[in-house]
Amino acid sequence: MDLNRLEQDSEFRWRIPARTPMNVPGILYGDREQILQMDDKVYEQLRNVTMLPGLAGPVYAMPDAHWGYGFPIGGVAAFDADTGGVVSAGGVGFDISCGVRMLHTGMQSAAIEKVGPALADCLYADIPVGVGSEGSISLDDASMHAMLEGGARWAVEQGYGTADDLDRTEERGCIAGADPGAVSERAKKRQRREMGTLGSGNHYLEVQRVAEIFDPAIAAVYGLAIDDLVISIHCGSRGLGHQIGTDYLREMLLAAGEFGITLPDRELACAPIHSELGQRYMGAMRAGMNCALANRQIITHLTRGVFLAFFPQAQLSMLYDVSHNICKVETHVVDGVARKLHVHRKGATRAFGPGNADLDESLRDAGQPVLIGGSMGTGSYVLAGTSESEQRALSSACHGAGRAMSRRKARKEYGGRQVVDELARRGIVVRSPSLRGIAEEAPLAYKDVNRVVDNAALAGLARKVARLQPVICIKG
Amino acid sequence: MHSRNWEHFEHDADIGLRAMAASRERLFEAMAEALTALITDPGTVRPIESVPIQCEAPDDALLLTDWLNALVYEMATRRMLFGDWRVSIENHALDAIAKGEPVDRARHRPVVEVKGATYTALSVSQDSKGTWHGQCIVDV
Repeated sequence: MDLNRLEQDSEFRWRIPARTPMNVPGILYGDREQILQMDDKVYEQLRNVTMLPGLAGPVYAMPDAHWGYGFPIGGVAAFDADTGGVVSAGGVGFDISCGVRMLHTGMQSAAIEKVGPALADCLYADIPVGVGSEGSISLDDASMHAMLEGGARWAVEQGYGTADDLDRTEERGCIAGADPGAVSERAKKRQRREMGTLGSGNHYLEVQRVAEIFDPAIAAVYGLAIDDLVISIHCGSRGLGHQIGTDYLREMLLAAGEFGITLPDRELACAPIHSELGQRYMGAMRAGMNCALANRQIITHLTRGVFLAFFPQAQLSMLYDVSHNICKVETHVVDGVARKLHVHRKGATRAFGPGNADLDESLRDAGQPVLIGGSMGTGSYVLAGTSESEQRALSSACHGAGRAMSRRKARKEYGGRQVVDELARRGIVVRSPSLRGIAEEAPLAYKDVNRVVDNAALAGLARKVARLQPVICIKG
Repeated sequence: MHSRNWEHFEHDADIGLRAMAASRERLFEAMAEALTALITDPGTVRPIESVPIQCEAPDDALLLTDWLNALVYEMATRRMLFGDWRVSIENHALDAIAKGEPVDRARHRPVVEVKGATYTALSVSQDSKGTWHGQCIVDV
C-alpha cells in the first residue's frame, strides 16, 4: 500500500482522511512494514466502505487485513439505524458467523505422544470434512426451524453437549431475533445434511499444545498452562449461511436504487436497518449465526466422542466460542455518547474488555478470550479483550494470519505431499481429503501470525495471553 | 467442451474466474468449467446425470453470478460435480443443462467447496471484434 496516501496517527495507526465522497475516515492498524505489504485493494475497499450511509465513526482495518470482496477481510464498520445506517450482506459475507471455538482437553501434550496418528485418524473418520461430506444428522422442517431459532442451545437440548458449554459461547449459544421464516427454502435445503460438518478451505479442527504464556494471570483465568492440550474448531454456518449471503446480496443489490443508496462496489449491497429488507436480513443472518453455533456445538460433541474413546477421563470443557464474520447490535461510546450500533466485523473478532456485562461472570475480570487462528504449522493465539480496544476499534481485533499468497500461487509453489511431510517432520500430523487443498493452505501462503498478533497487541486492540502450536490438524 | 478458454486469476483470499469466447453462451459454459476446475479436473467428471437450470437477471453480469450460484447450489444439494454444460440465453434469461455425476471423493479428489460467486471485479462484455469476456471472484 502506498503510504503517501495515508496520515500516520501513531506507530501502529494509520488514517485515510475523510475526503468527499467518503463520509468518515478509514483507520488501519499495523506497523509501517505491515501496512506497506498490504495490497492497494485494501485501501480501495476500506475507502469504499467509508462511503456508505449512516456510519458511526471511522471504518477500521485490522492488522491482518487483506483484499476481500466488498469489505476488506479484517474490516470493521458500525452503522446507526437512526441516522440512516445500513446493514450489508456483503459486509458479513457468505460464511455467516464463521468463528473459532476452543476446548480444553484437561491433558498435557505428553498424553498423546504415542497415539497422535491414531487419534488423528479417528478424528478424521468421525468429523465430516471436505467437499461432498455429509453429517449423520438430517433435519426435517420442524427441527430445522428449531435449530435456526435455538442455535447451540438447541444442539445441547438434542444431547450434543452440556449446558455448561453455553456459558462460554458468544450470545450464550443462541442469538435472539433469528427469523427462520426469512431464510429461503434453498438455504434450508442446502443445510439439511450439513449439520456437524467442518467444510473446506481454511476451515479446520486442530489439537494444539500451549507453547508460550505471555500473561500468566489471564491465562490462569482461562485455565491455560504451558504444555496443555487444547482443541480449536474453525468453521461457520455451512451451506445455509452461504445461501443466505447469496440470496440477500442479490436482493439488496437490486433494491439499492429504491433506497437511494449509491454503491461504490456492488458487493457492498446493503439496505437501511429500518427497512423491511434490512430487518428481514437481520433475522436471516441471526438464524445463520445460530446455525454456526449449533454446528460448532455438534462438532464439539463428535470430538468429545473420539477423545473419550482414547482417554476415558477426558473432560473437553469450553474455553470460548466467538465469531469473526457477523453483524451485531452493540452499544459503543462514540465521541463521548453511548450509541446502539450495528457493528459489522468481516474477518475481525469481537474483543470485549474487562467488565463487559455480556461476558460470563467467570471471564468478566479478565476480558473476553479472542481466538486467533493461524495457518497449519505456524500456530494460533489466545488474546484477551482490552478496555482500550473500545475506543481504538469498537472492541475488535484481528482474526487470523491473513493470506499472503493467492491459492493459485500457493498451488504452484508447494506440493501437498511436500507440505504434509514437512509438517510431519515437525511433529504435526495432518489429515485431509485433498493434497491440492493442503498445498493451497500451505503455512507460507499466510502472513506471519506472530507479527499480526504483535501488532494487534501493540496497537492496544487485544492483549497477548498464549501461543498455541498445532499437533494434529484435520483440514477440509 | 474443456477448451481451456478460461483461467483462474489471483485474489488474496479467494480466487477469480476469467474466460473468453465467441458467444455469450460459450462464455457462460467456459466460466462453468473454470468453476468446476477449482474443485477438480473437469475432464474427470462423467456426464451421467443432467440437471436443468434456469435463471433470469436484469443484466449480463448479474446473470453470470446467478448462473454460477445456481451451479454452486446444485452441486451442494445434489452432492454432484458438473463437467459438461449446454447454455442458451435469450435477452437476460438463461436456459441450461448441466451434466455431471455424484462426487466420488476417491476419484475426483475435490479440493475446495465454493461458497458463492461475488459481485467484486464482476464483468461481462463484448469487445470490438465480437469476442465475449467475463470474470468473477468466487468465495471459497
